[in-house]
Amino acid sequence: MSERVLMKGNEAIAEAAIQAGCRFFFGYPITPQNELPEYMSRRMPQVEGTFLQAESEVAAINMVYGAAGAGARVMTSSSSPGISLKQEGISYLAGAELPAVIVNIVRGGPGLGSIQPSQGDYFQAVKGGGHGDYRLLVLAPANLQEAVDLVTEAFDLADLYRNPVLILGDGLLGQMMEPVLADLYRNPVLILGDGLLGQMMEPVEFRKLPKRELPPKTWATTGMRHHPHKNIINSLVLDAPGLEKHNLHLQEKYARMKLNEQRAESLHCADAEVVIVAYGSTARIAKTAVMSLRQSGLKVGLFRPVTLWPFPVNALGELVPKVKAFLTVEMSAGQMVEDVKLAVNGARPVHFYGRMGGMVPTPEEISSECVRVLGGVR
Amino acid sequence: MAKVFARPESLVDMQNHYCPGCTHGIIHRLIAEVMDELKFADRAIGVAPVGCAVLGYMYFACDMQEAAHGRAPAVATGIKRVVPDGVVFTYQGDGDLASIGCAEIVHAAARGENITTIFVNNGIYGMTGGQMAPTTLPGDKTSTSPYGRDTHKQGFPIRVAEMLATLDGPAYIARVSVHSVPNIVRARRAIKKAFEYQIAGKGFTLVEVLSTCPTNWGLTPLEALDKVAKDMLPYYPLGEYKDVESEAGAKK
Ligand SMILES: Cc1ncc(C[n+]2csc(CCOP(=O)(O)OP(=O)(O)O)c2C)c(N)n1
Ligand code: SF4
Ligand SMILES: [Mg+2]
Repeated sequence: MSERVLMKGNEAIAEAAIQAGCRFFFGYPITPQNELPEYMSRRMPQVEGTFLQAESEVAAINMVYGAAGAGARVMTSSSSPGISLKQEGISYLAGAELPAVIVNIVRGGPGLGSIQPSQGDYFQAVKGGGHGDYRLLVLAPANLQEAVDLVTEAFDLADLYRNPVLILGDGLLGQMMEPVLADLYRNPVLILGDGLLGQMMEPVEFRKLPKRELPPKTWATTGMRHHPHKNIINSLVLDAPGLEKHNLHLQEKYARMKLNEQRAESLHCADAEVVIVAYGSTARIAKTAVMSLRQSGLKVGLFRPVTLWPFPVNALGELVPKVKAFLTVEMSAGQMVEDVKLAVNGARPVHFYGRMGGMVPTPEEISSECVRVLGGVR
Repeated sequence: MAKVFARPESLVDMQNHYCPGCTHGIIHRLIAEVMDELKFADRAIGVAPVGCAVLGYMYFACDMQEAAHGRAPAVATGIKRVVPDGVVFTYQGDGDLASIGCAEIVHAAARGENITTIFVNNGIYGMTGGQMAPTTLPGDKTSTSPYGRDTHKQGFPIRVAEMLATLDGPAYIARVSVHSVPNIVRARRAIKKAFEYQIAGKGFTLVEVLSTCPTNWGLTPLEALDKVAKDMLPYYPLGEYKDVESEAGAKK
């Protein structure tokens, strides 16, 4: 029996992490993701987990490193300026091949920017961000149900590949309230509480995804009483041939991710002349635009990458021969559009429409941009 | 014939990379001896720094993690929260701990994180070739203070043990030295006490160890030991700066 419950994005992501077996959370306050650590601070003690407010994002990501190295399912969350501070640690996690889940509820930038939604951290998320040749799996949910499902997936994928996974949301997703499918409600209990407790929702159980077969963490540093040989978590390889070998191993892993983990959603793409490419909250707005354009008889579709890395080049590539032009829409100056262009490889025109600084594109803006592109291809 | 002196079991039998006469090796040995004596190697998880001891993860015969520069206390915090019955320690130099990692050590101490830090203060950045450290003594020449540390421009050394002892979180803070045999014996005692406190769950413990860097000080190993006695001891007095047990005793 599935029922729908109303949740705030940041809280839904936190609860999903707990239900995915995450028992360790390290974070530092920053808007617009504060509800996530706040929720963790209430829930973790109830499940005998650890919530720790670190002294900085730098410390938080290194606590994640230690906990992940000791074999735990661990999460941290932040927003753009804080994610910048985590980049050193993320590079170390990737180098030492530690599984962890990092949530970025993106806000406007650069610098201190704003606290409004943005997608200006795409490059940082998918092109590196920290130093060295490494990749993160980057997942971009467009609604809360998907955010909840992708959190579970994120922990599994992190464990499967021994790689950090980044969930790239934005202020809209983090702050919105939306129904999520839940299997059952816990019995309600009457608690005499204060304002803080009053905001606390009853824990619900999300719908379960099929369980994956995951490799045991025989490499974790839990003390030698638990394994025959000494375990070392490390990203240092001083000799050049050795470090190249380690890098080749990482690249082989990234190639497997590219092969197996590309995900995207297509809407009305089968007969579309123009396909809008958008992810996250922007894709939702674009969907509204597509629906209204379809009602006026215009052949437009929506292609929504769910994995930003690996970018869904295969599914996008299949659309190329059928489509006359693409229109990429982002809350940025144009970042993902570079990957769209790479995937289309000059075979079709790729247009761009973007808003920045916390300005959210309206369905009307996207529609008129789409009509303009359609006019050009007719 | 009875063996009276041997390599501690908690040190891996391999050649290390420290310069001849460097006291990093002595400090490694003391930690390993304490691990042997208190028999916790099988539940120890150490965190190596970025600094000359970066390869420390190879030398201790226990599980180890290699941290980013200065972040060992945060990494150790993550480990300890996951493995609360483990014995978790960091081994850090003065650049690592007192400069780039100042926030991490202060907050681990303030939280009373139940870990042990061995802080190797040699007043210099050994690994990168002898630059000024936050602990470099006034007037001392380094590759980035070639005219001697000028306190008007480069500020004053940080006394880490004294600073952290002002916090309520730590259970035990001591400063020791390894420049002479009696001091090595006292250093071992302090390191043992720190680990005993951690095992008893008393809270954060730190032992600052005055150490030498003959290579970058431009001295012979013996001259370097003399410099510790002559120059460092007056600025960095030895002693126990915090001990929750004796405080409790004093209050009675
Ligand atoms: C983020 C970062 N900055 C700088 C360095 C370069 N670096 C390596 S070791 C070191 C200083 C180490 O000095 P200390 O901690 O005193 O250890 P020692 O070598 O003296 O034992 C520095 C600056 C680095 N590896 N990472
Ligand atoms: S450079 Fe200095 S601290 Fe480093 S191993 Fe050599 S003597 Fe020791
Ligand atoms: Mg030093």
